[in-house]
Amino acid sequence: MERVTHLDLANLTIREVNQFLHHELDASQTAQVDIQNPDGKHSIAAGMDVDVTVNILGHAGYFVAGMNKQATVTIHGNVGWSVAENIMSGTVRVTGHASQCTAASGHGGLVVIEGNASSRCGISMKGCDIVVRGDVGHFAGFMAQAGRLVVCGDAGPHLGDSLYEAILYVRGNIASLGADAQQQEMTPDDIQALSELLAASGIEAEPHEFKKVASARRLYHWNATERQEY
Amino acid sequence: MHREPSASFDRGALNYIRQAAERGIYDIRGMGAKRPVPNFDDLVFLTASASRYPLEGYREACHLETTLGSRYAKQPVVLQSPITIAGMSFGALSANVKEALGKAATEAGISTTTGDGGMTDEERQSSKTLVYQCLPSRYGFNPDDLRRADALELVLGQGAKPGGGGMLLGQKVSERVAQMRTLPAGIDQRSACRHPDWVGPDDLKIKIEELREITDWKIPIYVKMGATRVRDDVKLAVKAGADVVVIDGMQGGTAATQQVFIEHTGIPTLAALPLAVEALEELDVADEVQLIISGGIRSGADVAKALALGADAVAIGQGVLIALGCNHDSYVQDGKNHDATEDYAGLDTAPGFCHHCQSGLCPVGITTQDPVLEQRLSPARGAQQLGNYLQVLEMELTTLARACGKSNVHHLEREDLVALTLEAAAMARVPLAGTSWIPGNS
Repeated sequence: MERVTHLDLANLTIREVNQFLHHELDASQTAQVDIQNPDGKHSIAAGMDVDVTVNILGHAGYFVAGMNKQATVTIHGNVGWSVAENIMSGTVRVTGHASQCTAASGHGGLVVIEGNASSRCGISMKGCDIVVRGDVGHFAGFMAQAGRLVVCGDAGPHLGDSLYEAILYVRGNIASLGADAQQQEMTPDDIQALSELLAASGIEAEPHEFKKVASARRLYHWNATERQEY
Repeated sequence: MHREPSASFDRGALNYIRQAAERGIYDIRGMGAKRPVPNFDDLVFLTASASRYPLEGYREACHLETTLGSRYAKQPVVLQSPITIAGMSFGALSANVKEALGKAATEAGISTTTGDGGMTDEERQSSKTLVYQCLPSRYGFNPDDLRRADALELVLGQGAKPGGGGMLLGQKVSERVAQMRTLPAGIDQRSACRHPDWVGPDDLKIKIEELREITDWKIPIYVKMGATRVRDDVKLAVKAGADVVVIDGMQGGTAATQQVFIEHTGIPTLAALPLAVEALEELDVADEVQLIISGGIRSGADVAKALALGADAVAIGQGVLIALGCNHDSYVQDGKNHDATEDYAGLDTAPGFCHHCQSGLCPVGITTQDPVLEQRLSPARGAQQLGNYLQVLEMELTTLARACGKSNVHHLEREDLVALTLEAAAMARVPLAGTSWIPGNS
C-alpha cells in the first residue's frame, strides 16, 4: 500500500518541507505527499528530483515546483509568479489561476493551468509543454525557444514576441501577435500533437478549433535594414 | 596652409559618422571600454618607512586565503588567493580555452566561472572550484549542473553592457553551442536583458530563497551587476540576501555587444568600488557580505589597490585572455611558432588592437568555435601561461602588502593609498598625493 505523508506548513518551515522532499522520501517510503496550509508561501516543492506525487492543498506563492524533475505536483488553488520555472520533467498542475511567467524557461515536462495564466506565460521556454484551459495575458511565449504552449481561451497582446522554435496553439481570440510571430496553417501533425497534449492535460477541447502561431524567423540573423523597430 | 582640426569632429568622430552613413548599422565588438578613464594606475601605495614597518619581502609570510560566501551558505568558497576568473561562456570561448581556465584555476587554488550557455563537462572536470552563472537567457541552466556547482552567480548585468542582454553571432553558434542553448545552429543569439521569472528587488529576494532551497542552502549565492547606480544596487542585493556582491566596472569585457554600450554606459571600476564598499558599510555588513570587483584588473598592483579600497577579491576576464595569447602576434601549435599577423589583417586589424571576438575568427584560437582556429591554443599551453600570470599577480600582491607591513593581503586598507589625480582622489576617496585633501569630503 502506498504511503501518504502529510506535511503541515502551519507547523513546518519551507526549509523543513523541502528538506523532506529532497532527501527523506526514500527512507519514509512515501509515494504521495500532501502539503497543508501553504498559505501563499514561496518555493514550495522547489528542486524536486524524484518520482513522487505532491499535493499542495491551497494557494501557493512564487516559484512553486521550481526546477521540477520527475515529480507530479498539483496545486489545489492559485499560484503566484513563475510556477514550475525551469521545469525539466514531470508534471505540474494548477487547479486555479496562475500569475505571471508560468513555466519560465522550462526545459521539459508538462505544466497545466486549469484556470487562466497571466502575462509572459511560457516566457523563454526551452522544451516544456504548457496547457492553459483559460486565457493568457500579454507577451505569452516571449522569446520561447522550444516546446508547445496551448491556450484554450484567448491570448493577450504581443503573443509569441521574438519567438524561436516553440509552437503556440490558441483556440480563442488573439489580441495581437508579437514581433516575428506569425499565424501558420495547422497541419495533421499539429492536430495529432495537440490531441496528445490535450489528452495528457485532461482538458477537453476540439483540436481543429485551434490556430497555430510560430516564428517567421525574420529575427534569426542580424538585419541592418530592420532598424530594430520590432 | 594652416589646417585647423576640429575638437568636436576629430578623426574618430569623422570615421564614425562616415561608417554609419555607409553601413546603416552600428558597430558590434568585443573586449571592454577603450576610452581613457581614471583607473588603478592613478593610485600609489604609501609603503612603510619610519611610521610603519615593512615585512621582509622574501621571508615573512603574507597570507592570501580568501573566503567567499560565509553569510548564509553552509559551504563557503575558500580560495588560495583573492583572485577569481570571471564568467566567460563556452560559445564565446572555445572548449580548449574553458579547459585551460579550469586547469590553471585549479592549480592556483582559485575559482573559475561558467557563462551564458551553461556548464560543460570539460570545465566542471578541470575546475576544482566552479561558479555557475544564472543569466537572464537561462541558456543551458539546469538543476543538475546547479547542484554540482560550488557557488551560484546570479547575473543582473555586466560592466561592458549594463542594462543590455548578451549576443552571440551566428558564426560562433556551432552545433554543440546550439544544442546547449536549445536553439538552431548558426542563428544570431541575442540573449534577454532581464530574467524571465522575476522583476525587481523584492522578487530577487524570493528568487534567491528559491535557489537556496533548491541547493539546500549549501552553496554561496553571488549577485553580479554592472556598475551604474552602485550604492543603491549593492544595498538591494544585500537586502535580497546575496552572500557575495560582484560589481563589474565599465572597463569590463564582453564577447560581443554594441560599441555604444561599451564606451558610453556604466562608471569606471575605480569609481564603483568605493561606492560598493560604502554601501556595505552603511548596512553594517562589510564583514558579512563579500565584495568582488572586476573590470580592467590587469596586475598584482591592481589587485592590491582593489583590496586596499575594500574589495575581498577581484575577478579577471580580459587579463586572463591576454595571458592566453589574445592580441599576440603569433601562436604556438605543434611545438612551432606561427605568425598570426595576416589573420589579424583579415579582420582589418593588427595585434594589440584586435577586439573582434564577435567574429569567431580569433587569430590565436581563443574566442572561436572554428575547429581549425581553436587548435591554435592547447589546454595545456593555455593553462601553463595563465598559471604563470596568476603566479605573478600573487607575487606582486604580496610584495606590496608586505611593503605596507601587512601579513595578510586582506589587511591592506584605504589609508595605504593616495591618488595622483584629482579625479582618482575623488572617485577612490583617498587623498591627493602630498595633501590630506579628498575632493568631495567636507
